[in-house]
Amino acid sequence: MRPLVVLAVTFALIGLAPFAIASDYWLNLVIMTLYAALLGQAWNILGGYGGQFSFGHAAFFGTGAYAVAVLQVELGLNPWLGLAAGGLLAAGVGAFVGFCTFRYGLRGSYFALVTLAFAEVLRILSNSVWFTGAGVGILIPLERGAASFQFVDKAGFFWVIWGMALAAFATAWWIGHSRFGAQLMAVRDNEDAARALGVDAFRVKMAAITLSGFFSGLAGVFYAQYFLYLDPYIAYGPAISVESLLVPIIGGMGTIFGPLLGAAALQAVAELTKEVVGEAPGISLAVYGTLLVVMVLFMPRGLAGLGARIAGLGPRARRRRAARLEARNA
Amino acid sequence: MLELRGLSKRFGGVQAARDVSFTVPAGRISSLIGPNGAGKTTLFALITGFHRPDAGSVVFDGAPIDGLPPEAIARRGMVRTFQIVQPFAGQTVRDNIAVGAHLRIRSRRAALAKAEEVAAAVGLDDRLDMDAAALTVAGRKRLEVARALATEPKLILFDEVLAGLNPSEIRDVLPLIRAIRDRGVTIFLIEHVMQAVMSLSEHTWVLNQGELIAEGAPQEVVRDPHVIEAYLGKGMAARVGGREQAHA
Amino acid sequence: MVNLDIVLPSVLNGLTTGALYALVALGLTLIYGVLHIINFAHGALLMVGLYGVYGLNAFAGVDPYVALLIVPPAMFAIGYALQRGIIGKASHGRDENILLVTLGLSIVIENLALYFFRSDTRIVDTPYSFSTVEVLGAFLPLTKVIAFAGALLTAALMWLIMTRTDLGRAIRALAKERKGAALVGIDTDHIFAMSFGLGIACLGIAACLLMPSYYVSPQVGHGFVLIAFTIVVLGGMGSFTGALIGGLIIGVVEALGGLFLGESLGQIGIFLIFILVLIFRPTGLLGHRV
Repeated sequence: MRPLVVLAVTFALIGLAPFAIASDYWLNLVIMTLYAALLGQAWNILGGYGGQFSFGHAAFFGTGAYAVAVLQVELGLNPWLGLAAGGLLAAGVGAFVGFCTFRYGLRGSYFALVTLAFAEVLRILSNSVWFTGAGVGILIPLERGAASFQFVDKAGFFWVIWGMALAAFATAWWIGHSRFGAQLMAVRDNEDAARALGVDAFRVKMAAITLSGFFSGLAGVFYAQYFLYLDPYIAYGPAISVESLLVPIIGGMGTIFGPLLGAAALQAVAELTKEVVGEAPGISLAVYGTLLVVMVLFMPRGLAGLGARIAGLGPRARRRRAARLEARNA
Repeated sequence: MLELRGLSKRFGGVQAARDVSFTVPAGRISSLIGPNGAGKTTLFALITGFHRPDAGSVVFDGAPIDGLPPEAIARRGMVRTFQIVQPFAGQTVRDNIAVGAHLRIRSRRAALAKAEEVAAAVGLDDRLDMDAAALTVAGRKRLEVARALATEPKLILFDEVLAGLNPSEIRDVLPLIRAIRDRGVTIFLIEHVMQAVMSLSEHTWVLNQGELIAEGAPQEVVRDPHVIEAYLGKGMAARVGGREQAHA
Repeated sequence: MVNLDIVLPSVLNGLTTGALYALVALGLTLIYGVLHIINFAHGALLMVGLYGVYGLNAFAGVDPYVALLIVPPAMFAIGYALQRGIIGKASHGRDENILLVTLGLSIVIENLALYFFRSDTRIVDTPYSFSTVEVLGAFLPLTKVIAFAGALLTAALMWLIMTRTDLGRAIRALAKERKGAALVGIDTDHIFAMSFGLGIACLGIAACLLMPSYYVSPQVGHGFVLIAFTIVVLGGMGSFTGALIGGLIIGVVEALGGLFLGESLGQIGIFLIFILVLIFRPTGLLGHRV
C-alpha cells in the first residue's frame, strides 16, 4: 500500500478513539501516545531523515511550553494565540541552534553535545529569571473551556493532539516525497557528495532543524495546556530530550511510521512497568535507558526495520531479492 | 571553459599546489596526470570549492568562482565525482541519481523520470531499485557518473573514474565517457591509468608535487623526460630514453 | 575595585575543584583519544564510584583515602567489562550510536541508583572533614588540598603508564593506527577495554578524593559530565595536559563566576564556553589531538 493511504487510514482509525473509548484512563493513554509520537516525529525530521542527532530537543519543547504559559500568565494572551507563538518561538530557537552549529560545520557527536548544552543553558536561565517563576515553576490558572484551551473533557485535548500529530506525520510524508526530503537524506548519507551535486547542505539542515523545532514546540504547548504546570526541569530537563530520541529509535529512524510504533511501544512498556514494579521513582527511566541500549545494540533499524525484515520473508520480497541477485551477477 | 590562474595551496608544510595555471577547452576531453601525491585531487577540490586556494583564481564559463561553495559551483554547471565513490548508501540507485536531477528539477516525479533516463544512458537501468551500497565497484563508478550527469552540467571533473576497474570494465566505460562528451559536456579527468588517458584525452597536463611540469598531447607528454622522472624517479629518463633509442 | 581578600580564596578554591574536574576529564580524554568514543556515561560512573566510597565507609568503616586501594581497581573492572560487553559492540559504523548507548547506560545507572538509594544526599563523616590549612593567607579545607595534590599525582601516574609501560605503548599505537596495531599482533579489543578501564579507574580515584569534601546523590554525575566535556573540548580532545589545564581553568571560572554572578548563572558561563569552543575551536585551545 502507498504510505499516504496507510497514513490516512491510520489517523482515521485513531480518530475513532474518542467515540469508541469511554474510559478516561484509556483515552488518556491514546492522547499520551499521540503526544509522544509528535515529540518523536519532531526529532525524526532532524535526526532520522537528516542524520543530525540532537540530545537537546528539550530546548525546543520547553520554549513552546513556556511561551504559551508565560504569555498567558504575564500578558493575558489567549492560549490559542500562544499555540502559534510557542510553535514559532521554538522554530526560532531551532533556527538559532542550527545556525550556530551548522554554520561552523559541527556534525555527529559534537552536534549532539552542543544541542544538549543549549538545552541546559535554557534550563538554567528559566531557573533564574522571574517571568518563568524560576525554580518554583509556573502554574496556568484553571479556566475550563474550549476558548481557553482547557477542555472540560479529554476528547477536546484528543482532537488537538491528533491534529498536531497529523501535521507532523504529513510533514514526514512530504519529506519522503519531495526535493527537500531527497536533499536532506542525501546530506544525511554523505554530505560532501550531496554538496558536489549542488545540494545546499546548510540551507537544507537549517530547514530541517527549524521544522523539527516547530513540532517539538507544539508538543510543549500541548503539554503546558494539558498539565497546566511547568518548571525548568520539566520543560528543559533531559527527560524530554531522551524521550524525543528514544521514540524514533525504538520505532525506526528515518521512517514515517517509526515514531508512531515507537510511541505505542514506549507507552505499553511504561504501563507494564507501572503494573509490575509500581510507581517507584527512576524505574520507568531505567527501563527507557535499557530499551535505548538494547535497541542500538540489537535493532539499530528499530521496530520498522524488524517489520521490513519480517516482510522480507514474504514472496514479493523474495522475488525482488532474486532479481537483485540476478542483476548483480549479470 | 575553465581557467586556472596561479592557483596555490599549502597544507601545513606541504605545498599541495604551486602557481598552477591552465585553461581547459570547451567540448573536449582533457586530463590531468601525475604520480601519487602530486596534488591532483587537491587541485580538483580547489576548483570545485571544497578547499579555498591561498592564492590565485578560478574562472568558469567567464565568471570567477573561487571562494564559492561546492553547491554554488555545481549550480553553475560544474560537478565533480569522487575517487573513493560516495554513494548514498541505503538509498536505491534511482534515488541516488534523482538527487543529482533535483538540482534543476523541483518536481519529485520529474526528477525520478530523469533519473531513469540517465540510468539508461550509463547502463544502470537494470539496477534502478537496488540499494546503492550493494553495487559492484564498476556499478558504483557508473553511479557516480550518472549522478553527476543528472545535474545537467557543462563540465564534469572525473576523479579517477577508472581506478579499481579491470581491463574489460575499463573498455566498457571508455565509450560512455566519449558519449558524454558527444552530448556537449566538457570533460576534465584525473587519471592514473595511463592507457586510458592516452586513448581518451586530447590534451593533458602533468602535475608533480603541486607543480605543472609538462603539457601537450598525451602521446608526447609521456615521452617527456621530466614526466618519466616524476613517475619513475631520477635517472630513469636517461635509461628509458636510451632503451628507446636502442629500439629505434 | 575587586577585593583581593575575597578573590584569592575563591581562585584557590577554584583551583582545587578544578584539579578534581581535571581528574574526571582525564579519564574522558583518555577514552576519547584512544577509542574516539565520547563516553556519555562518565558522570554516572563517577556517581557509582562515589556510592562505592560511601558504602565502604558507611558499612565497613573504610576511610575514603583507604578506599583508594579498593574503588579504583573495582572501577577499572567495571569499565573493562562495559567496553568489552556493551559499548564496543554498539557502533555499527556510526559514532553517534556509541554516544546513544553510553547515554542509555547513564540513564540506566542513574535511575537504578535513584530507585535503590532515593534522591537523598549522602556524605561521609571523617575526623578531618572540617580541618583547614593556610595557603597564601587563605584558609582552605584540608580535604580539598589533598584532592588537589592527589589529582596532580594521578595525572603524573597516568602519564608514566602511557609513556613507560608496554600497555601504554600499545594504547598509543592503537590510538594512532588501528589497523597497523592489529597487524603487528596487538589484541585491539583487549587494549580498547584496558583503555576504557583506565579511564574509569581515574573516576574511581576522583571519587575517593572527592567524597570527603563532597556528597553523593543519584544525580551527582550530571554536574560533572558537561563540565568534563567542556574541559576535554577546551583542552583539545585526547590531550592530557590539555585536560589538566582545562580543568584548572574551568574550576577558576566557575568559582569566580559563582562569586560575581551567583551560583546558577556561573554555571551558564561554563556551558557558554563549551558551546563557543566547540563552534570556533573544535580542536581545543591547545590545538592538536594526541
